[in-house]
Amino acid sequence: MANAVFIDNLQKSYGSITAVKNISFQVQPGEIFGLLGPNGAGKTTTIRCLTTLAKPDRGTVEVCGISAVKNPRAARRRLGYVAQEVALDKVLTGRELLHLQAALYHLPSEGAKERIERLLELLNLTTYADRQTGTYSGGLRKRLDLAAGLLHQPEVLVLDEPTVGLDIESRFIVWDFLRQLKAAGTTVLITSHYLEEIDALADRLAIIDSGVVIDSGSPSQLKERVGGDRVTLQIKEFTPEEEAQQAKAMLSSLPFVQSAIVNPARGNSLNLIVKGESNYLTNIEESLAAASFPIFSMTQSRPSLDDVYLAATGRTLMDAEMAAAGRRDLKAEKKEEMK
Amino acid sequence: MITQSSIQSSLSPDPSLHGGLEDNSSALGDFLQETFALTKRLFIQLQRRPSTLIAGIIQPFMWLLLFGALFTNAPGGLFGEDLNYGQFLAPGVIVFTAFSGALDREFGFLNRLLVAPLASRYSIVAASTIYIIALSFMQTGVIVAASAFLGAGLPNIGGLGAIALIVLLVVLGVTALSLGLAFALPGHIELIAVIFVTNLPLLFASTALAPLSFMAGWLQVVASINPLTYAIEPIRYLYLHSEWGLGTLVMDTPWTSISLWAVILVLLAFDALVLLAIQPLLRRRFA
Ligand SMILES: Nc1ncnc2c1ncn2[C@@H]1O[C@H](COP(=O)(O)OP(=O)(O)OP(=O)(O)O)[C@@H](O)[C@H]1O
Ligand SMILES: [Mg+2]
Repeated sequence: MANAVFIDNLQKSYGSITAVKNISFQVQPGEIFGLLGPNGAGKTTTIRCLTTLAKPDRGTVEVCGISAVKNPRAARRRLGYVAQEVALDKVLTGRELLHLQAALYHLPSEGAKERIERLLELLNLTTYADRQTGTYSGGLRKRLDLAAGLLHQPEVLVLDEPTVGLDIESRFIVWDFLRQLKAAGTTVLITSHYLEEIDALADRLAIIDSGVVIDSGSPSQLKERVGGDRVTLQIKEFTPEEEAQQAKAMLSSLPFVQSAIVNPARGNSLNLIVKGESNYLTNIEESLAAASFPIFSMTQSRPSLDDVYLAATGRTLMDAEMAAAGRRDLKAEKKEEMK
Repeated sequence: MITQSSIQSSLSPDPSLHGGLEDNSSALGDFLQETFALTKRLFIQLQRRPSTLIAGIIQPFMWLLLFGALFTNAPGGLFGEDLNYGQFLAPGVIVFTAFSGALDREFGFLNRLLVAPLASRYSIVAASTIYIIALSFMQTGVIVAASAFLGAGLPNIGGLGAIALIVLLVVLGVTALSLGLAFALPGHIELIAVIFVTNLPLLFASTALAPLSFMAGWLQVVASINPLTYAIEPIRYLYLHSEWGLGTLVMDTPWTSISLWAVILVLLAFDALVLLAIQPLLRRRFA
């Protein structure tokens, strides 16, 4: 069966800014696919090329085997799109907006009416359906936008950062809904810069950074690849530098310790990556005791997607977000939003 | 109660709804459905935010009152025999009101339209035109009534019909033009800037406020190619004469006099030109 989404060698610039340098990934029918990346990575630009809102400079963009460039209308019919910035007509009520959307997708009116009520119910919107959308909270707007995107029963639903700015409860409603959608057979492509979101939802993901895919696969595959578990160790609450370095040298010589660094920002604690030894905690404790180092605290964790990102780029997602925040061309983007 | 299976059925994709590569549904049916829905949206907007309509009625009223007062003591016969400035001004106000009403487009909504598989983006033009025409007719009605009240007289039924046709032709062209701009320009702010810069010059370079004979030679030429003049002059004629036909000469230019049917032809050509010119802009699938 054809890919639900096929993006190959995509490139897109805005003037001198290359928003997408080279992005390729495929989404299989029926899966939830995540695009993970910091602010400014090029997620929205990729999505805009897919939803026919932007013309790629180069590369292939296909939905269910249909070229979004050559056959935009046919591609649009197969796509549901929930944009990062919700564009609701503030004067219309939720129900009116859905009826308008149904007409724009040429749904027969009898079927549409029933379907609209259904979706309002499923997204817990029935109570608010006759209020003007200008009065909606962020969570309500997002849910209405979700209903609008699903009205024509698209094969692929594309969501651009659907839970940014939502409270925890709305976020869980959206997550749960996306899982139901997947169970019903809809392909979902979701972008996010929340690790937890992609980790919780996606069957597979691509991590993108500065307009290129830096890694892709299932969350567990990716984590597997960056190596073993993480151990954070404090000798004392505030360990003197010298003592930390000695401990580090000693621990580095253990066969199962792959790397060890001293983190001065956290009172010279030690960060270790361990692999190939199931009993590593006891092992570390014993080695430290033998060399008469005390232990103030020791925690272990499985590798996270952030570690994947760190391994590929040398910085954490958080660092990247901070850096991107300073770089954005807010004026140009404001223009975009005005549309 | 919602059961699991009903959730499934309403959430699962339905490729049969999406057609093949080619259209299997009736393109005309789709076009009408879109146009109707978009028109309905505009009227709901108008009904819930009537300020546009109210302002659009107060403004021409002020024009008539203030400009009329401005020239009350102008020497008699200055604007033509037996013609006071109120009579002279009413046609200009009718056309200019329709013109500026048709210019301003707000589409905070454009993205939703752009990702929808519309049969044709001319449905957006059609919906806006229907809406603006309805609005302009209401305004025109009020201006005609007000100027009758202010002593400008009333054209006969045939004349009113011809005025309606002319207003319609102006509105169609200008609405299409402004939609083309809305698609071409980066945002609403830029659209407002363009309107702001072109609006008044177009007004002054037409015969809305003063007859051709008052103008400098070069301005006469500009006014004679300004489409607004082609709408204003015949309406002015219809206001003053109850006897007229398609062949009646209703407008003077520095070169020649033009008959009513030729004026209508010019306006039709203007509309056709604009509709053709914006085609690539509407087609432009990509922002
Ligand atoms: N219309 C535009 N004009 C100019 N530059 C743009 C435009 N849209 C995006 N960019 C730039 O392209 C880069 C990628 O932006 P994009 O919006 O695709 O990132 P993103 O991953 O969606 O980020 P975010 O998480 O903030 O939504 C950024 O540097 C951005 O400033
Ligand atoms: Mg984005």
